[in-house]
Amino acid sequence: MSVATGTLKAAPAAHAEAAGLWSWVTTVDHKRIGIMYFLTSFFFLFVGGLEALLIRIQLMRPENAFISPETYNQMFTMHGTTMVFLVAMPMAVAFFNYLVPLQIGARDVAFPRLNALSYWIYLFGGLFLNSSFLFGAAPNTSWVGYANLTSLQFTPGRNVEFWIIGLSILGVSSIAGGVNFITTIINLRAPGMKLMRMPLFTWMTLVTSFLLVTALPVIAVALIILGFDRFFGANFFQVTAGGDPILWQHLFWLFGHPEVYILILPSFGIISDVIPTFSRKPLFGYPVVVYAGILIGFIGWGVWSHHMFTVGLGPIADSFFVASTMIIAIPTGIKIFNWLATMWGGALRFPTPMLFAIGVVAVFTVGGLSGIMHASAPVDLQQHDSYFVVAHFHYVLVGGALMGLFSGLYFWYPKVTGRMMSEALGKWHFWTTLVGFNLTFFPMHFSGLFGMPRRTWTYQAELNLETWNQLSTVGAFIFGAASLLLVWNVFYSLRKGERATANPWGASTLEWSIPSPPLHYNFPALPEVRSRDPLWDEAERREVEAATLSEPAREPQMPSPSFWPLLTALGVVLTWGLLMTHLWWAPLGGLAFTAFMVFNWAFQPAFR
Amino acid sequence: MDCGPAPPGGAVASMNQRRTRMNKAKLPAGLNTLVVYLAVALLSGCGEEYLQSTINPVTDYGEVTQNLYVQVFWWTMVILVVVLAVLAYILVRFRERPGQERPAQIHGHMGLEIAWTIAPALIVVAIVIPTIQGVFEVQRPPDGKALVVEVVGKRYWWSFHYPELGITTANELHLPVGRPVSLRLESGDVIHSFWVPQLGGKRDVNPVVVMPQGEESKRNWMHFTIKEEGVFWGQCAEFCGEAHSLMGVRVVAQSEDEFQGWVESWKTPAPTANVPAAPAGEGAGAGLASALPAPGPSAQDPRMDAGAQAPVAEDPLVARGREVFFRESYCVLCHAIEGTQAPGIIGPNLTRIGSRLTIAAGMLENTPQNLEAWLRDPHAIKPGAQMPAAQAGVTYEGQTFPPTNLNDEQIRALAAWLSSMR
Repeated sequence: MSVATGTLKAAPAAHAEAAGLWSWVTTVDHKRIGIMYFLTSFFFLFVGGLEALLIRIQLMRPENAFISPETYNQMFTMHGTTMVFLVAMPMAVAFFNYLVPLQIGARDVAFPRLNALSYWIYLFGGLFLNSSFLFGAAPNTSWVGYANLTSLQFTPGRNVEFWIIGLSILGVSSIAGGVNFITTIINLRAPGMKLMRMPLFTWMTLVTSFLLVTALPVIAVALIILGFDRFFGANFFQVTAGGDPILWQHLFWLFGHPEVYILILPSFGIISDVIPTFSRKPLFGYPVVVYAGILIGFIGWGVWSHHMFTVGLGPIADSFFVASTMIIAIPTGIKIFNWLATMWGGALRFPTPMLFAIGVVAVFTVGGLSGIMHASAPVDLQQHDSYFVVAHFHYVLVGGALMGLFSGLYFWYPKVTGRMMSEALGKWHFWTTLVGFNLTFFPMHFSGLFGMPRRTWTYQAELNLETWNQLSTVGAFIFGAASLLLVWNVFYSLRKGERATANPWGASTLEWSIPSPPLHYNFPALPEVRSRDPLWDEAERREVEAATLSEPAREPQMPSPSFWPLLTALGVVLTWGLLMTHLWWAPLGGLAFTAFMVFNWAFQPAFR
Repeated sequence: MDCGPAPPGGAVASMNQRRTRMNKAKLPAGLNTLVVYLAVALLSGCGEEYLQSTINPVTDYGEVTQNLYVQVFWWTMVILVVVLAVLAYILVRFRERPGQERPAQIHGHMGLEIAWTIAPALIVVAIVIPTIQGVFEVQRPPDGKALVVEVVGKRYWWSFHYPELGITTANELHLPVGRPVSLRLESGDVIHSFWVPQLGGKRDVNPVVVMPQGEESKRNWMHFTIKEEGVFWGQCAEFCGEAHSLMGVRVVAQSEDEFQGWVESWKTPAPTANVPAAPAGEGAGAGLASALPAPGPSAQDPRMDAGAQAPVAEDPLVARGREVFFRESYCVLCHAIEGTQAPGIIGPNLTRIGSRLTIAAGMLENTPQNLEAWLRDPHAIKPGAQMPAAQAGVTYEGQTFPPTNLNDEQIRALAAWLSSMR
């Protein structure tokens, strides 16, 4: 067993990063930004979860009036919007931030200050979106915001405008992040870290980043033209003037389906690193798993209309999207088979990260297979927009994406904090999550098959759907309680957790060759990599550790802190937010503010 | 629930736990139970007590979907069982043993990769072929002459117009069994989706796009032949605003004879629709109406006995209600009643509203008491409804409707009159 033997050295004072609130506000360190991304998305996870619980209380009884339909509509809209844009995506970005430079042997991302800008825009955008609650005008037209319901005529009030502007702001953050990670992965790899030697998580980050920079502009276009309709009286979606609401659906899903893979691929990357570690075997079929991920990224662009089988696009279009959707099941299946083959013949251990990874394989399979059911277009005519679909995508996005992120959290927490998370609490968290999750979402298959449409405030008693809904509600509360165990574990272990060594799990990749937590410059000297699993080859490990655990001859120069990214982010949010005044010139003020901040940023040297 | 196969709550919970507790040796047995549970509950005709069951179709259209669903279901079940069984085997067989050395470092196997690419590809082909056949089948117009109904979805109710029969009604669609039916779907405002699960899958009800040259976008159609009589429940399936969940619909499938009777009844106004003496200007059909026998209400109407009395001697309350409708309120601005002077097209057509099973688009049983409650305050029943209440007006899509200011006496009379029009 080749757990790193290097003693954990406390960094000499001269190497320590500045502490204190201001140092975090001005930080451009990818690790700190990653931590802030994580904490923010973790906070929003509970905001979205609370919204879900309100939904579940309302649906516990037929013809219930626990909350009003208007409130309910705001809740499910904000639940979906929050979980996708403020939780799943940014939590994945938290992992990209913290891990990608460590996995490829870099000292930071390619554009550290742009990275800070991404974070602050995300934070302010999230706060902006949620500030709508203070005005009683939270978005209320569902997370897909179908036109022409979103027109001024049918949904007056500021609800839709908060949504348009909030998502536009968040899109800026995601696109900037995507550019940053593509550049980082292409350009900043350590010597010998060829593309086909990169850890799977980094690979999936690369694919996801390409999807981010290509898919987000599509929804940006959709949001902007919708904004033109609402703010300036344009007619993109006004049927009486020749506008077509179906256009929105094409634009939204042209973004929305790649978005699904933006959410799921990071999780696939995580468990592709976790499963080999705890099987003590390299990933089976590494190139195949990589190519399958890339293929999913590509084909993901050609399946969007499977969200639109009920729209009436005609049998030819329907058939095309049936075929493309079925085809994308193949690379997804291949990944599952390769994970199974990785475990086959291994020496399996079951600490919490591995439990969650196995949970992903099992639960995602269920979600993937129910997806095949409604990939069959005529079947989808029944299942579309029913609770069956709600069950399906929660199996994929909670069981697949979120549980994968939890796996990653347990796996890399020791690297980030220098302490292990409590295994006992972790196991409790896993099992209660699994029970709560399945009890919440499995009955939804039935409520859907028995005719419950999604996005409904209530259902009539005669429909006999009460039992299924009650099961879901009980499950949701178990799931919610389970998540509190995670919160407790995260904060408890920070102080009381067992000290972590550099490589507590005996993993094979580069980030485990440096101390836990890492020094702020990550690598005293850049290691040279000769294989995919450098720490599992005794000779290579010694070579790598000679570089990664050494005392640097001269402290590496790191980018200086800067508060301009924060102020620029404020400017971006201000520019968009001032649109809410409905005064055409007001955003110009925000634009001027932004320009001033960018100017200052540009003239501040990156290194002192 | 007396439906045997559907597992009770506790069983579902334990079933889920069982499914995921894969590192227990006895899993294969658990898996079998799971599959049996799933198969029976997801496939059988167990949907019968579920009024909106998607797996208990009564039309040819619904059967296409159902057959495909059953096929795909079994394919996916086979895959699920294989994957979970292999996973379970792995978790038991390959757990680390004390003192175990690092296992053999296998990097891959080309043959296996090819095998598990081709196997799912073949399954996919096996699913895609019947699927594409089904795609064309469900969108093919019927061979024979079909009964056409123009369906218009509005927030938050449905209008049904039979162009060949000259009938317009709302929220309750009467259709004959055994004859091809074609529904033409269009929206009067935002996108809705017409979903009566037992008739088959849903279709979006899109607003018609009017090009500047006057050209209109195509409408969606649903084609089917109903095979069983009955009352089938449905509701809007595309989120359309505040009261989306309260936009129900009922389909009354009748034998050809009953349906013809229903059509006949529509040819004349309801006996109480107009003043019996037919004063000048009050609808030419009124005199004729009183001379004809009362049309037979549908067999499902729970109050058919009461209906038989209507034309003989008029209840003063009914007469009073008619007066309220035509002279003391602005109901006629939005509502039409065939054979009378009421011309409105904004709200549901109220012709023979007393014969309908429900009011408020499937939300309330059609009783005078419920009608009164609805007339007094529709928003208490359906928040977001466009109809003004007695004490509260509405503003909707830019139009303002003041309160109706009807008092209790007026409301009671109005409800009695509306109920009398069967």
